[in-house]
Amino acid sequence: MLLSVERLVRAFGGVRAVDGVTFAVGEGEVHGLIGPNGAGKTTLLNLVSGMLEPSEGIIWFRGERIDGRAPHRVAARGVTRTFQNIRLFAGLSAAANVIVGEHLSRRSMLWQRLLLLPKSRTEYEQALDNALRLLDRVGLRDRAFHRASSLSYGEQRRVEIARALAASPRILLLDEPTAGMNRNEVASVEKLIRQLADAGHSVLLVEHNVRLVMEVSNRVTVLNFGKVIADGEPKEVARDPEVIAAYLGTGE
Amino acid sequence: MLDWFLTYQSLFAFIGINGLLALSVYCTLSCGQLSLANAGFMAIGAYAAALLTLRAHAAFPLALLVATVVPAIVAVPLGLPVLRLRGVFLAIATIGFGEVVRLAFVNWDYTNGALGLVAIPQKTSLWMVWIALALALYVLGRLRGSRIGYALEAIRQDEPASRAIGIASTHYKVAMFAFGAALAGLAGALEAHFTFMVAPSGYGFGRVVDMLVYAVVGGDAIFYGPVLGAAFLTALPEALRGAGQAVGLAPGPLRLFVNGAILLAVILFLPNGLVSLPEAIRRWRMRRMPRAPLG
Repeated sequence: MLLSVERLVRAFGGVRAVDGVTFAVGEGEVHGLIGPNGAGKTTLLNLVSGMLEPSEGIIWFRGERIDGRAPHRVAARGVTRTFQNIRLFAGLSAAANVIVGEHLSRRSMLWQRLLLLPKSRTEYEQALDNALRLLDRVGLRDRAFHRASSLSYGEQRRVEIARALAASPRILLLDEPTAGMNRNEVASVEKLIRQLADAGHSVLLVEHNVRLVMEVSNRVTVLNFGKVIADGEPKEVARDPEVIAAYLGTGE
Repeated sequence: MLDWFLTYQSLFAFIGINGLLALSVYCTLSCGQLSLANAGFMAIGAYAAALLTLRAHAAFPLALLVATVVPAIVAVPLGLPVLRLRGVFLAIATIGFGEVVRLAFVNWDYTNGALGLVAIPQKTSLWMVWIALALALYVLGRLRGSRIGYALEAIRQDEPASRAIGIASTHYKVAMFAFGAALAGLAGALEAHFTFMVAPSGYGFGRVVDMLVYAVVGGDAIFYGPVLGAAFLTALPEALRGAGQAVGLAPGPLRLFVNGAILLAVILFLPNGLVSLPEAIRRWRMRRMPRAPLG
């Protein structure tokens, strides 16, 4: 297993936002994580990416424990993410945002730059080329030199995905990539996630749009009130009475 | 021309020294941190260099080197805990450090307490100041567009997001804090060997506020902005004095008033600093252009 989470707990005061969650993501798998509002999905993503420390439990990633590690160390192990409320570097261009994302895969050329060695120049051109290629992949090559803050909501989301990919992660965590999008934008993100899956990327996808998750995921975990209520292939999960009850209510 | 240059030689030296101090504050601003420890680092550099040349008769280059390195070494253990603080708390903690340094020198008999050291040999010449400033500008300029430069910009704009893509933000913040301390120490040593004296009163809270004002007035969006601010604010009182004499006004409090008014005008009308002046002029012109008739 690429990523496995064991009996993970995160309490905020008396509230156990994540309460004993266990699941695993395999190599090259798109793993959906769904659940009603407040089910603990984003908290779980924050725990995996190191932005929050778990109260209890273990997170394994490629045979190493990553629970409680600082986010930049988790990222260096190969876990990068996007945010529910997009967090681009608003003052930088789309291309510069992706170049920042290449931080882990580029070497520092400071000495070469200070001595004006030509190597540093080609290094920068490579970084830019790579950024443009990634932007091309998310369909934004022509917007590369626009300020991130001037892009549309859907475009910003895709820049954020390109930035997360720039670190060449082993797994990509997407936190509600279609939140607040119109139908065309949802369709473009859906296409992008399929492309990532086809290219063999491992993805952990937190999403409100159940139809989308069921269509793109190999496996789905359903959370409710911080606990796993179902885990399995999309078809099984969709038939699970507890899942239907959690989404539609029980009528009592 | 040469006459004029000689008359204002010390002004040019102070522009260079204040430019270095402004850059020292810019170092931490460039990764989004408001640190006010730099007067303290400047004092450490100034005293270290002055003691070396005055008491140990050390060579001046050695004294400058020590004055640059020692504050940076002090900055690392100070920066590690302090840079975990944010915003106003970081400012307060670093003001505290500055005051501790100042009071330590006030109470240190070896350096004559509050009186400070006098008769420091004059070793600083104008070209040294300007070479130091040019080097500092060069390093900061080459950081732009580099991997480190992008990392600093990312930390400044959104530190948690920068960490999520693998940037070890604490390392960068501490490194820039130490680089700023080194520049402040170097500026302190150059100034001490230009004015022949150091005293704790020269490194109080007011001094670091001056540095911050240089950076803000010049503009901290780009590395040379703070130097523009330092040059402008250092030359302004002199220019006003010259202007006052030209129109036959006696020197007096009016000059300070005009000085303050100009400062206020810059902050009000150029909130992004002097570096944004061309942009502001362009926008003003656009607004004045007659609108094309519709249809």
